Amino acid sequence: MSELPSSLNFRANAARAIGDEALRAAMRNAADTFGARRAAAFEAIPDLEALRERASAIRLEVLDNLPVLIEQFTASATRAGAQVHRATDAAAARELIASLLKERGVQMAAKSKSMVSEEIHLNAHLEQAGIEVVETDLGEYIIQLEHETPSHIIVPAIHKNRQQVGRLFAERLGVSYTDDPQVLTKIARRVLREKFFAAQAGISGANFAIAESGSLILFTNEGNGRMVTTVPPLHIAILSIEKILPSLRDLPTFIRLLPRSATGQAITSYVSVITGTRQPGEATGAQELHIVLLDNGRSEILAGECREMLKCIRCGACMNVCPVYRTVGGHAYGSTYPGPMGMILTTLLSGMAAAHPLVDASTLCGACVEVCPVKIPLVPLILKLRERRVREGFADLKTDLGMRLFGAAAGSPALFAWGERFSRLFWPLIRRIGGENVVGRLPPPAAKPFHAKVQSE
Amino acid sequence: MRVQLFGTCLVDAFFPEVGEATVRLLRHFGVEVAYPQGQTCCGQPAFNAGYRDEAKRAAAHFLSVFTGSDPIVTPSGSCAAMVKHHYPDLLRDDPELSRAAADAAGRVYELSQFLVRVLRAHEAGFAGKGRVTYHSSCHLTRSLGVREEPLTLLASLRGAEFVPLPDATRCCGFGGMFMAKLPEISCALADEKAAAILATGAGTVTGCDSGCLMNIADALKKRGSGVRVAHLAQLLAEGL
Repeated sequence: MSELPSSLNFRANAARAIGDEALRAAMRNAADTFGARRAAAFEAIPDLEALRERASAIRLEVLDNLPVLIEQFTASATRAGAQVHRATDAAAARELIASLLKERGVQMAAKSKSMVSEEIHLNAHLEQAGIEVVETDLGEYIIQLEHETPSHIIVPAIHKNRQQVGRLFAERLGVSYTDDPQVLTKIARRVLREKFFAAQAGISGANFAIAESGSLILFTNEGNGRMVTTVPPLHIAILSIEKILPSLRDLPTFIRLLPRSATGQAITSYVSVITGTRQPGEATGAQELHIVLLDNGRSEILAGECREMLKCIRCGACMNVCPVYRTVGGHAYGSTYPGPMGMILTTLLSGMAAAHPLVDASTLCGACVEVCPVKIPLVPLILKLRERRVREGFADLKTDLGMRLFGAAAGSPALFAWGERFSRLFWPLIRRIGGENVVGRLPPPAAKPFHAKVQSE
Repeated sequence: MRVQLFGTCLVDAFFPEVGEATVRLLRHFGVEVAYPQGQTCCGQPAFNAGYRDEAKRAAAHFLSVFTGSDPIVTPSGSCAAMVKHHYPDLLRDDPELSRAAADAAGRVYELSQFLVRVLRAHEAGFAGKGRVTYHSSCHLTRSLGVREEPLTLLASLRGAEFVPLPDATRCCGFGGMFMAKLPEISCALADEKAAAILATGAGTVTGCDSGCLMNIADALKKRGSGVRVAHLAQLLAEGL
């Protein structure tokens, strides 16, 4: 089979993941738990469909007016004391943040969870620049200790079980082994507590940014987000441009939808609204706030046929219900964002040449479409990307040839019947060429096809 | 009443017994069944793989075969969904074909849908036996929205015990071309489905899509199971 080169070898990664029993058990357990919690959380919402429609409409309105809203956000945030920067790509964002930190002599930065920072590989860049970065979300802290990347956008260490975390902590932190989640959490809390107060800077993401008020909105559960954004004198927030909402009046819709979709919570433990810097007389807040708005290809996505992908609010519900994600886990995708939203966004951000194997990572079952709180047409977008792959010449030759034959046969009953006859006669050969785990799973063709048996009345 | 039967390519080549059961069922309820010769495939393999031109060719051919105003009945949720939901978009640039697509979309029925909604076949009921469980295939359930009809028919099987399948709507891993593109994941999903079926203790598993049933049958066989895999059309026709 002629595989075109790609850095994302999804099939091989997936096959390896399928053989990993611990991973599969962890994924089944976690995905099912989150799926069930999500379903239970929405039972209390009387008109979920209307809520999703409203959320989708707000997000579409944002996409329709994005340049204007970015200007408005920049002006409002600046008025509140923040400095707003635009970064066109990952390199620009990395360098901007590194120089902000270096100019202020920052040696250690505490970070709360941010997928955009993962997208631009910020930690590696800062560490190269001699700045220590400490992840303070428990899941992120675990994978930082393990030198891994997140395998889920909400639950970064979803692929790990508590025994693995216990062994990791014993090895890296010099504590005695325990697999009691409460004890492990307390250990992490003790270590991280010191980091919050020693850090000279806090780096965070944001779930939303409010154009009207210039506020950053953070949904968090562990309190680390609040520590990172208020304790150190300097706070740098990085977010992608489409995270904007027009007004605080739009926020309640997403407070109802995001935590429920993500973790099945009616609301997260903390919902932070950060508007500008600490003002005279205020007890909390950073003295200096920099907001980095990352484009990294989003303006181009916005102008294209898959723009609705930018409605995404990163709840992860699509991956929790995805049969493929649930089976192979997030790392198999080889990308920052996994699952249905990840395969689409990654292909749009990295281009077809790099990401084309990912567009196969769906059975088109549609479970993701059912749960998406902002009604992204995920399956239609996957189909669009598959069409684009064919147009751009990244389909493999065997499929290309097969589909050309199929197209000819589907339009010609004679050729179609001939194809059936050929398959019947040469089935053992076709089976050998097609492979045990593909054609070998089909029964042999019937001795007499249906069209030869049926009589019209 | 007269219908046009779309057998589907899988039934034509691999499962003629499903087609025959469909014909027997429809005729039993007094329906005149026409089988337009020259029918091929709805075009899903190409459509789902991103080959729009090839899918269009299949769609245009389908519409040239299934003319007239009789309902089109097919024993496949995914093929019915293809005609109903994707043909109109696929052919939107051609005014004539686009009209034909809209017309076909309006008169295509998946078999269980037609049996329950039009023929009310469940009211008379069918003879059944043993424990039966049901896999709710993805396109039938989510794209076509046919959730209750197969269950209504199964509930009308006298003498059979219906046992629900946990996570019945979870994908079996067939996915058309998916089974060929990512066979490792496809097999893992099918095996999980097979395990769920075995856990119900059912002697028969049924469904409304031959592709999924074929995939499930292979996974059950690999587990050395004797559970029978039968299309809903077969179960119902046996109970006439």
